[in-house]
Amino acid sequence: MSIIAVEGVSKFFGPVAAVDDVSLSIEEGEFFALLGPSGSGKTTLLRMLAGFETPSEGRITIDGQDMAGIAPNRRPVNTVFQSYAVFPHMSVADNIGYGLKLDGMGRAERASRVEEMLALVQLEGLGGRKPDQLSGGQRQRVALARALAKRPRVLLLDEPLSALDAKLREAMRFELASLQHQVGITFVMVTHDQDEALAMATRCAVMERGRLVQLATPSDLYEFPNSRFVADFIGSVNMIEGVLKTDKPDEALIATQHLGDVFIDHAVLGNVGGTLWLALRPEKIEMRPRGDGPPPQMEDAPAGLNTVPGRIDHIAYLGSESVFEVELETGLKMRVIRPNLTRWDQEDFAEEQPVWLSWHACAPAVLAG
Amino acid sequence: MSDEGWRQERGTLAATLGPPLFWLVVFFLVPLAVVWAYSFGQNAGLTDIRISGTFANYARALEPLYLGILAKSIGMAGLTTLICLIVGFPVALAITFADDRAKTWLLLLVMLPFWTNLLIRTYALIAVLRTEGYVNWTLEFLWNRLGSIWSLEPFVPLDLLHNNAAVLFGLVYVHLPFMILPLYAALDRLDRSLIEASLDLGAGHFRTMMQIVVPIALPGILSGILITFIPALGAYLTPDLLGGPDSQMIANVIERQFKRANDWPFGAALSFLLLYLTFILIALQAMLQRRQAQ
Repeated sequence: MSIIAVEGVSKFFGPVAAVDDVSLSIEEGEFFALLGPSGSGKTTLLRMLAGFETPSEGRITIDGQDMAGIAPNRRPVNTVFQSYAVFPHMSVADNIGYGLKLDGMGRAERASRVEEMLALVQLEGLGGRKPDQLSGGQRQRVALARALAKRPRVLLLDEPLSALDAKLREAMRFELASLQHQVGITFVMVTHDQDEALAMATRCAVMERGRLVQLATPSDLYEFPNSRFVADFIGSVNMIEGVLKTDKPDEALIATQHLGDVFIDHAVLGNVGGTLWLALRPEKIEMRPRGDGPPPQMEDAPAGLNTVPGRIDHIAYLGSESVFEVELETGLKMRVIRPNLTRWDQEDFAEEQPVWLSWHACAPAVLAG
Repeated sequence: MSDEGWRQERGTLAATLGPPLFWLVVFFLVPLAVVWAYSFGQNAGLTDIRISGTFANYARALEPLYLGILAKSIGMAGLTTLICLIVGFPVALAITFADDRAKTWLLLLVMLPFWTNLLIRTYALIAVLRTEGYVNWTLEFLWNRLGSIWSLEPFVPLDLLHNNAAVLFGLVYVHLPFMILPLYAALDRLDRSLIEASLDLGAGHFRTMMQIVVPIALPGILSGILITFIPALGAYLTPDLLGGPDSQMIANVIERQFKRANDWPFGAALSFLLLYLTFILIALQAMLQRRQAQ
């Protein structure tokens, strides 16, 4: 049975629907991410789970119990706030023990639970410190320990890493994921950072303007987006408009202005003659130097298809990979990513160099809208 | 522009700082120094004061009669402050959590009395409280209505004016904004997620108020107390107009020394006693705040 069930939930602020008819269920032990740009309603949904907002319509069930009319302090969930909300006038230990004290836990048991939590978030020996004597990363650990101390059924995290600097953020991704494994509690995280969601979550719900647009595993979101919005929001993508020319069980042909006819090795959704969109990820494009010879032939596409000539406009060398902006003859700029597998790879291409761009028949995601 | 830049621009600094500094010295510090000097003097003739360096004025100010009035003033000001705190805290809390439109209007309502002359406000209070005032008029109306149903004694107006209660009422009325505004400033600064975190961890609203909101807003509460207490302690007009013969506060005594008694040195000593008391309070608050910051 799922630990959280959201059924047809909407939230109106005046006439505006911040959350618009969202239904989803979250399984026990999941690391679930609510992902979306600002204003997509993800935070409002999280606040409804915590009890700080009441749904205008629909029903939320947590651990089999209908949450209608149940105050935040009576819910089996705890929250890690975006600003951490560590109580500034209490020591670290008092912060962590706050919820336990309210539950009437005895002094000795409380002290040992606080110690256990301090160890869990690797803050041993800092229990006596005041929050203003801690770094941002340490304060976040206090917020985590405080929320986990009551052993809630669900931990809600509101943009947990957004206030940290880039390096710490990356380290905390792994730590948060392994912490979740360790405690085995269901985590529900709100984030606008797609890297964060992909790196940590077992499943992500992508939201746009209050609606749930796709719910999938991170890899499915990236490789099989169901809309232009998702394809564009998750990672970077080259989006090319086309018209469906032929559609057979094992092949489809899409006519585009910029890439010529694009060959796809599976059937696609859509009517022949209708407009479709090709979402081609930068790392799925192969780039070769263009000399006087014939164009490269992709083995899984008919002769001359899935290959276009272009010229390198700009190179961004990022160390682990290089990002190329390649201008096609039609003027369209395509983004290509090449990993720098050897220490000399970045010397293979130079700006202004003529190149061929080609891709496999299964590389583009074909989207209806 | 950096601090250094400001310091180097001596002309600019002098031009901006000069006039207010001049004003402050000539019209505030110098007269204050004169009064301070008077407090060590004695009357010589009807208008002359000889500054003899005597402490007699201070000694007299510490006589039981005046100490009693000072104690009473402190009591009145303290009670005023307490009532303002009890009334003002919920009001400040309500303004903090009101939506933005309502917030503007509520703050305007709190500040509106500031733009009305104190004398006019006090006379308005007299009109409300006096024997033929609005309160008694309303009570009489209700009484007579009830009298038409049951037979009642004729209405006797309540004595609402010229007593200590009237002074207290007036002091609370005048000083309430002084309490509400600093409280509001402190509560509004408070990170809302701290309150939510407390609720989230299982606390009810009352416990959240006592364990999270009040301790964190404590510096604001202390300045509210101070900002209310100091002017209430020196209140002159309110006890003078609303009070009875036994309602006089220290400021009324001081006024009498300068006017009717024509004893400027003694008035000056009393004034400075009040001023020293105020300084001590401000210093105490600064010390408390510094300790809290550490």
